[in-house]
Amino acid sequence: MSEREVLELLRENARYDTADIARMTDLDEEGVAAAIESLEAAGVIRGYQAVVDWDRLEHERVRAEVELNVTLDRETSYGDIAERLARFPEVTALRLVSGDYDFDMEVEGDSIREVSQFISEKVAPVPEITQTVTHYVMTSYKEHGIELDDGDDDDRLSVSP
Amino acid sequence: MTSPLEPASRVEAVGPSGIRRFFEIAEERDDVISLGVGEPDFSTPWAARDAAIHSLERGRTSYTANRGMAALRAAISEYVDERFALSYDPDDGILVTAGASEAVDLAFRAFVDPGETVAVAQPAYISYGPGVTFAGGAVLPVRTREADDFKLTAEALEAAGADTAELLVLCYPNNPTGAVMTRADLEPVAAFAREHDIAVLADEIYAELTYTERTGSEMDGGQGDGTASQDPEDPDRDEAGTAAHTSIATLPGMAERTIVVSGFSKAHAMTGLRLGYALGPADAIDAMNRIHQYGLLSAPTTAQYAALEALDSCAGEVRTMVAQYDRRRRFVLSRFREIGMPCFEAQGAFYVFPEVPDGWTADAFAEALLHEEGVAVVPGDVFGVGGEGHLRVSYATGLDDLREALTRIERFVAERPTDR
Repeated sequence: MSEREVLELLRENARYDTADIARMTDLDEEGVAAAIESLEAAGVIRGYQAVVDWDRLEHERVRAEVELNVTLDRETSYGDIAERLARFPEVTALRLVSGDYDFDMEVEGDSIREVSQFISEKVAPVPEITQTVTHYVMTSYKEHGIELDDGDDDDRLSVSP
Repeated sequence: MTSPLEPASRVEAVGPSGIRRFFEIAEERDDVISLGVGEPDFSTPWAARDAAIHSLERGRTSYTANRGMAALRAAISEYVDERFALSYDPDDGILVTAGASEAVDLAFRAFVDPGETVAVAQPAYISYGPGVTFAGGAVLPVRTREADDFKLTAEALEAAGADTAELLVLCYPNNPTGAVMTRADLEPVAAFAREHDIAVLADEIYAELTYTERTGSEMDGGQGDGTASQDPEDPDRDEAGTAAHTSIATLPGMAERTIVVSGFSKAHAMTGLRLGYALGPADAIDAMNRIHQYGLLSAPTTAQYAALEALDSCAGEVRTMVAQYDRRRRFVLSRFREIGMPCFEAQGAFYVFPEVPDGWTADAFAEALLHEEGVAVVPGDVFGVGGEGHLRVSYATGLDDLREALTRIERFVAERPTDR
């Protein structure tokens, strides 16, 4: 239960320090540290990353959502194909999904050329992959639950009853 | 020569609000972190805003029935039954108003004759006193004490001479103290009201913002044998179930003498949409509606559509906001403990009510804190008797600002231990 609460707080903001998390929960600092350690050891928490609005950086970052269709045989499972694809550092997310295609793959690179080359040279040739459809991301409006707008000013009266 | 528009004496009798001065100073500066705000920092859940927009697009901008849209009254009836075990008929037990504030004002005008006494448990929201005065009544403050966790007690009512009052006003969870009252706490107050035949105006606008666990014996009215079917370890047991808050109207013999006032401002973060409601016996609601139909006609239609959607689909978002408030509450209470400012454990609304250090008045402390550290809080005196020596600190503010504000308060207290 307390691990669940710590997890919720870290999902809200992974940079909350243990002292602040302790103040917000029934735990003391040691309890918070132990909960985080246990979540990490169990592999529930796999990492901590910044949520970036790439449009605000001068460096271009190209991202694409790629639909993949595959055929399986007796020797090859979805897991085998996924393992192979996930090893590429260009692949930032990979999920097996229901619907018209099998895998939903997110790819990142420094240019369209680089991403296209990666798909055509590294992904498409995989024998089990029968089709790829690549969608380049044009604008992102929300990432990891965070809206990438200018935010709202607090327009409340500064003191109210 | 005096102006023909000279205000009536009952208006003259009411001075400007005590928070006005702080508001003006705080508004002048742009480096102020305000913990003086009495409304949520969250926006209205999007589904409710979207429903309001959609209603405008369809041109739903005419008056509604005086008492509010039938569908909304039905939804309110179902909601208060499910959450607070309050049963009111949508046809004659519910009046939809322009904010809970209108409902409070209507109650004073409907039930208080000139010269009659209205007992007000204080510290309390600043509008009750003036509302009573505008209605021609006389305010009898009933002091609640920190030693009682700012709960209203029968002893306090006795000591204030409230037995002669026509009406008793109480607001729990409380603005400004954050105090809550359990069923056991409410029982002696209800007994006092029954014994002296006093009507009750229960302002329960913060009902959803109650952070206590409801115990087994609370759930079944004290008859429990401790083997409640609910699993106390199950975090989802409150999902759309009964809330922790107990309404005084659910106590025996109380529904017939109680007007319950609530609304969408706090839990649903809809302050500016101005939508509230009153629940009461049919005759009493009819009396309030007589004033409402001439004064307001009907509550804002757009807001009624938003409220209907809020009840339909926003319970999850309300729970998320309540969880956020609870975390901030714990954070702020911890910080005041660390700073060394005594602060009773507020379990409701979004306020804590710490004591100012010895050698300070609340007013001087709040003003110096605002000038020197740019943190706005409201001195407790503003909320009536029992508030002196305390500050109302609102945690309806994001954690980053709360953290920074508490750091400033900590520095201020270290540098200025007394008002010298």
